[in-house]
Amino acid sequence: MAKKLSSFAGVKSNLLNGRSVVIGVPYLWFLLLAAIPLLIILKISLSEMESTTISNMIDWRDGWPKLTLNFVSYQFILTDSLYYKTYLSSIQYALITTVLCLVIGYPFAYFMARSPKHIQPTLLMLIMLPFWTSFLLRIYAWKTLLVSNGVINNTLMSLGLIDAPLPMMNNSFSLLVGMVYSYLPFMILPLYANLSKLDIRYLEAAADLGTSPFKAFWLITVPLSKAGIIAGSMLVFIPAIGEYVIPELLGGSSTLMIGRVLWDEFFNNNDWPMASAVAVIMILLILLPMALYNKSQADQLEAKA
Amino acid sequence: MATAPKDLNKPAQEVLLRIEGLTKIYDGNVKAVDDVSLTVTKGEIFALLGGSGCGKSTLLRMLAGFEIPTKGKIFLAGDDITNLPPYQRPINMMFQSYALFPHLSVWENVAFGLKRDGMPTAELAERVEKMLNLVQLSKYAKRKPHQLSGGQQQRVALARSLAKRPKLLLLDEPLGALDKKLRETTQLELVNIIEEVGVTCVLVTHDQEEAMTMASRIAVMSEGSFMQVGEPDAVYEMPNSRHVADFIGNVNIFEGIVDIDEPDHVTIRSPECIHYVGHGISGHSGMAVGVALRPEKIMLSKDKPETEYNWCEGEVIEMVYFGAHTTYHLKLDSGMVIKAQELNNTRDLSCNLTWGDRAYAYWNDLAMAVLTN
Repeated sequence: MAKKLSSFAGVKSNLLNGRSVVIGVPYLWFLLLAAIPLLIILKISLSEMESTTISNMIDWRDGWPKLTLNFVSYQFILTDSLYYKTYLSSIQYALITTVLCLVIGYPFAYFMARSPKHIQPTLLMLIMLPFWTSFLLRIYAWKTLLVSNGVINNTLMSLGLIDAPLPMMNNSFSLLVGMVYSYLPFMILPLYANLSKLDIRYLEAAADLGTSPFKAFWLITVPLSKAGIIAGSMLVFIPAIGEYVIPELLGGSSTLMIGRVLWDEFFNNNDWPMASAVAVIMILLILLPMALYNKSQADQLEAKA
Repeated sequence: MATAPKDLNKPAQEVLLRIEGLTKIYDGNVKAVDDVSLTVTKGEIFALLGGSGCGKSTLLRMLAGFEIPTKGKIFLAGDDITNLPPYQRPINMMFQSYALFPHLSVWENVAFGLKRDGMPTAELAERVEKMLNLVQLSKYAKRKPHQLSGGQQQRVALARSLAKRPKLLLLDEPLGALDKKLRETTQLELVNIIEEVGVTCVLVTHDQEEAMTMASRIAVMSEGSFMQVGEPDAVYEMPNSRHVADFIGNVNIFEGIVDIDEPDHVTIRSPECIHYVGHGISGHSGMAVGVALRPEKIMLSKDKPETEYNWCEGEVIEMVYFGAHTTYHLKLDSGMVIKAQELNNTRDLSCNLTWGDRAYAYWNDLAMAVLTN
């Protein structure tokens, strides 16, 4: 009997080991490739010399690393209004992108979830189809559509609808077109996943209690898809704040986005401490909505339990 | 006929619901409901009883307005509501597994329908309070549905469907989600509340006991049609077909031929025995009929009965103990197996019959129902 018990214990400890390996590997991955680089960025952002890079970021004194914290870069960011304006404008563009994606994506996801079951996989496939082409190529293609002598302007002019080309390129319009276009699938997919699980009986119950279909949408469907709205919004908003490629290719010089400032500090000015400080503040800005998102997720889990 | 069945579709004092030739055909040829007509009087609790796929839910959903009938008409208090959308019908439904809005509190769930009607706040609060009192859930007004037990959710659903004082209340498997013990107490509670409010009620169930205890009349449905409509005892004791006899409770059916057909009695010859039925039937001698005999109406004995009729002999091949009663399976010499239910009216379990025993089953001449179709 005792032998049997001990062999059971052996199985159990093996399972535990297996579990810790399965859980441990991704954590190790994150530690090496996310947490440590973040700490390096944090350290560099607090260095005093403009020429600080990874190779000389640690100050050695008598064989011991010396920890000096220098807030020069942060001070500069806080005093120079350019940074403040750029952060604000990035958040603005990310917010507008999120709202536009939601307004376009919600009806889309709704009707997708309501369409006959057998065509839903096809519709889902069509949403993901653009990912088969390079992101860069797709953004570049927009350029050929939007420029003064591009496809859209040429067509409109040859039809006689406009006399002069519409200024659709290198401004906030082209930036938002590119952003909404690129991030729309990230809004639609979580919304679809949520809406397709919505129990039709709730809508029937609402109708039974005297609610017209339009009102039932606002009173039942929208509140019950809150989790999908939040998930989709986060998936769009967070990467949109730091977006670099779309502002660079479509936004022109007039649109301020923090991703481009970051690039300039790193590669043009070679000012690593400043670039790191810009990045750290951006991370802090993103952490706020993330924290809110996590809280709503935790609340939901709690509600289900 | 000695006991003539009551006229079950008798013209009532006040007809609330009238259904005329209602038919629902899906995908061109699947007849879910087939030419059903019915009247329900005010204050009645009417049960649609049948197995899955018999069309009872489709019929209920047509009453609620979720399905548009292919043919036929529905009248509520004289008004044709056949094509009215669900949100314009003075009918409320208690859904199977309730469909309580998960994002709203108990109070908001009950108030939902009243708010849509634009009821003034003070009156609304008073009505909701009254409804919650009725189902004894005032203490739980602020809770969300998922924080309640199954029985409590069921009562919220009832309060929500009664809040608007509908002319007709529809119950879709009202107790299906509850466990057996809770179901029995809730059945009576539900009937009491419905009667207190005085609302007319159509309920759908697959559970014959539920239909019998709750309803004043039952319609047994099969393949989209009504097999029999009547009061619970009439449907149970006077089934009009093999299907109904078999669906409602347990039954032994002997196949036989009418031998003597007199106004006050008939004899029916079957391979197992000769049945003497103490009332006349609407048939003729030489006609093939079924004799339906409920297990609880059969008595068992080791001694041979002294009469000529209404008994048969067999071997006990199975005994199933239920606590309150025991069901014996008796294999007759013809090969037919009949079930007989004996009350366990003493605590002496070593009662005289056991596996392998020869026993005589007998019954009196008013115990059976003759099935002519």
